[in-house]
Amino acid sequence: MHVKTFKQGIHPAYNKELTSGKELKLAQNPAQVVIPMRQHMGAPCDPLVQKGDTVKVGQKIGDSQSFVSAPIHASVSGVVKDVREVEIGAGGKSLAVIIESDGQNTLHEDVRPKGDLSSLSAEDIRMIIREAGIVGMGGATFPTQVKLSIPEGKTVDTMILNGAECEPYLTVDHRVMLEQAEEVVYGLKALMKAIGVTKGYIGIEDNKTNAIKVLTEACTGEAGIEVVPLHTKYPQGGEKMLITAITGREVPSGGLPADAGCVVNNVTTAVAVTKAIREGMPLIERPVTITGHGIKNPQNLIVKIGTSVSELIEQAGGFNGTPGKVILGGPMMGPSAHNIDVPVQKGTSGVLVLTVNDAQDFEPQPCIRCARCVDVCPVFLMPITLANQSQHKMYAEMENYNVLDCIECGSCSYICPAKRPLVHYIRLGKAEVLAQRRKKK
Amino acid sequence: MSNPKLIVTSSPHVRDVDTIPRIMHTVNLSLIPAALMAVYFFGIKAFLIILTCVVTSVLTEWVWQKVRGKKITIMDGSAILTGLLLALTLPPRLPLWMAALGSIVAISLGKQIFGGLGYNPFNPALVGRAFLVAAFSVEMTSWYLPGGADAVASATPLAAMKMSGIATDYWSLFIGNIGGSLGETCALAIILGGIYLIYKGYVDYRIPVGYLGTVAILSAVFGRDPIFHLLAGGLMLGGFYMLTDMVTSPITKRGRWIFGIGAGLILTMIRLFGGYPEGVLYSILLMNMATPLINRYTRPRTYGEVKR
Repeated sequence: MHVKTFKQGIHPAYNKELTSGKELKLAQNPAQVVIPMRQHMGAPCDPLVQKGDTVKVGQKIGDSQSFVSAPIHASVSGVVKDVREVEIGAGGKSLAVIIESDGQNTLHEDVRPKGDLSSLSAEDIRMIIREAGIVGMGGATFPTQVKLSIPEGKTVDTMILNGAECEPYLTVDHRVMLEQAEEVVYGLKALMKAIGVTKGYIGIEDNKTNAIKVLTEACTGEAGIEVVPLHTKYPQGGEKMLITAITGREVPSGGLPADAGCVVNNVTTAVAVTKAIREGMPLIERPVTITGHGIKNPQNLIVKIGTSVSELIEQAGGFNGTPGKVILGGPMMGPSAHNIDVPVQKGTSGVLVLTVNDAQDFEPQPCIRCARCVDVCPVFLMPITLANQSQHKMYAEMENYNVLDCIECGSCSYICPAKRPLVHYIRLGKAEVLAQRRKKK
Repeated sequence: MSNPKLIVTSSPHVRDVDTIPRIMHTVNLSLIPAALMAVYFFGIKAFLIILTCVVTSVLTEWVWQKVRGKKITIMDGSAILTGLLLALTLPPRLPLWMAALGSIVAISLGKQIFGGLGYNPFNPALVGRAFLVAAFSVEMTSWYLPGGADAVASATPLAAMKMSGIATDYWSLFIGNIGGSLGETCALAIILGGIYLIYKGYVDYRIPVGYLGTVAILSAVFGRDPIFHLLAGGLMLGGFYMLTDMVTSPITKRGRWIFGIGAGLILTMIRLFGGYPEGVLYSILLMNMATPLINRYTRPRTYGEVKR
């Protein structure tokens, strides 16, 4: 099999066998959901319902006037118990609509098929996607409709579906590709039509040969669509790495994928698009991998948005011994939570529980300038130089060393034999550089 | 479900298995063939010199860290490595107290005075050797042919070549049955260890290839025997183990080429036109000085940078 790839990167232990063979199962219906109004990049939504209102599945309960935003829908039917600020993710806060389920899951009247793909215009598809509240489900949660609105003057010729799933432990995209291949391809065709391109790729790492096979079969006879096997290497699923691996193009510094003629979407996002068109179902549930050696019975579950993380842990058999860390997402980029009583959001691809042993914190040693961080950085920065500059508050120098091009993949921290938290320092410095830029304007 | 007490840190939450002690101890292990060959050729005296250097280096590190109230890190293998490397650059009959003094200087002025591991600009073992060459020039240039207690005084192949134009055959140079310092005589043992380190990713091939390649090409250009110049003297030990020291070599790939080639240039100039028969020591120390500058001017092109 000919595989494509990007330069540099790392090979962490993947630990995907914990869940890669487990079929997607519907999670138990939650008795209550907490649906945050801030689940995406961009402006948070304003709630459209108040305490005491009755809501149905798929009913819009939050929206925003801003362009960069995505509406939010009820994932269960029932009564709004409260609208208040709650803790979300790993320490954030957001206004949330709390719904007590009536157990009926009654569909809202707006949830109905949107018609045949051939009869829909590009503009129609983009509106359906916006109204369905679809955002990037790989974890970045950028509103999909915004991605599909190509800025004036840019020409795009390629749509790429990201099925790399390069984060260790996570297997939801893998399962989605295996079990919903037809929906993935349909979603890709809809996304291609939405931006008017005829070339579509599905990039999949070669540790998922069964998914490559199933999707290649699903794509036979589809003009312009190609499955691209990718070398299993982190961060193969990074947007820039994926574009370079598949098309050989580079996204210019500070630019968008559209500057390289591409738009990238996750395979699970494509399935959400399919559901929005075929069933009219907005984004109210998503697949989540609950995994790690700190979980008794690791699972891939389809979860209603707003379900508590602690409920998922219980459904996966509970903690296996004393938990060390609970990570929302993958181990490379996911934040570690201090509170497991937080809701699953549109971007929650995984709940990873590390045992106390696996979660040992590392004591940083002096840098021996081995330059492994330089050798693995997928965007060719000098992480150790940037980290030192950040520690010494040399922000102008950091900007000069292109800190803003850092994709925060964490490969530098992973590989460092001195266990220095390089990406942590770089992230801090990057935030400071951005803040100073805003001040200057 | 009640909230358990959880550890919270920033990502990534998984790390590579390699650590500094693991790297250092692997390098130490890879030097064992060279050390064994030294003992085989030069006998118990060689063993005692190696032991003296290693023990003194570790003790010196311990004293520094104790006095400065720092964490004791003598088990990380870096002081052992400095002692081992210094020993391998010493002549087989050097008085042990001189070897000990060299080790004290290597760790003190080569490493700890700058703040310890990772902060030293020069290769510590070579700082120790530079001190010994300056302080005890006679003892440091008294060479003997291998042969245990009845060893006969002899010139090194490089000195023989330089002073009298006498060439030594390749096989002797390769196996190490020649006059010279402990570890620089047997090219075979050094090459084996070096290839292992390149395979493990602890040595970037660019540095030894740049260094040895430049020496070979330049000697040929000046009408000398390139194979003789590769195998003679400390080039192998220096090229695989000292120039490649992570702390004191550049962090960029292009920089490592420049670094290796630059050292090769200096070495050839010293050997062919300088006053000394051998130039490994100064070629490495001089290039160590250039490392920060090389890093500055060989920044890799950032992804997406030029093609705007």
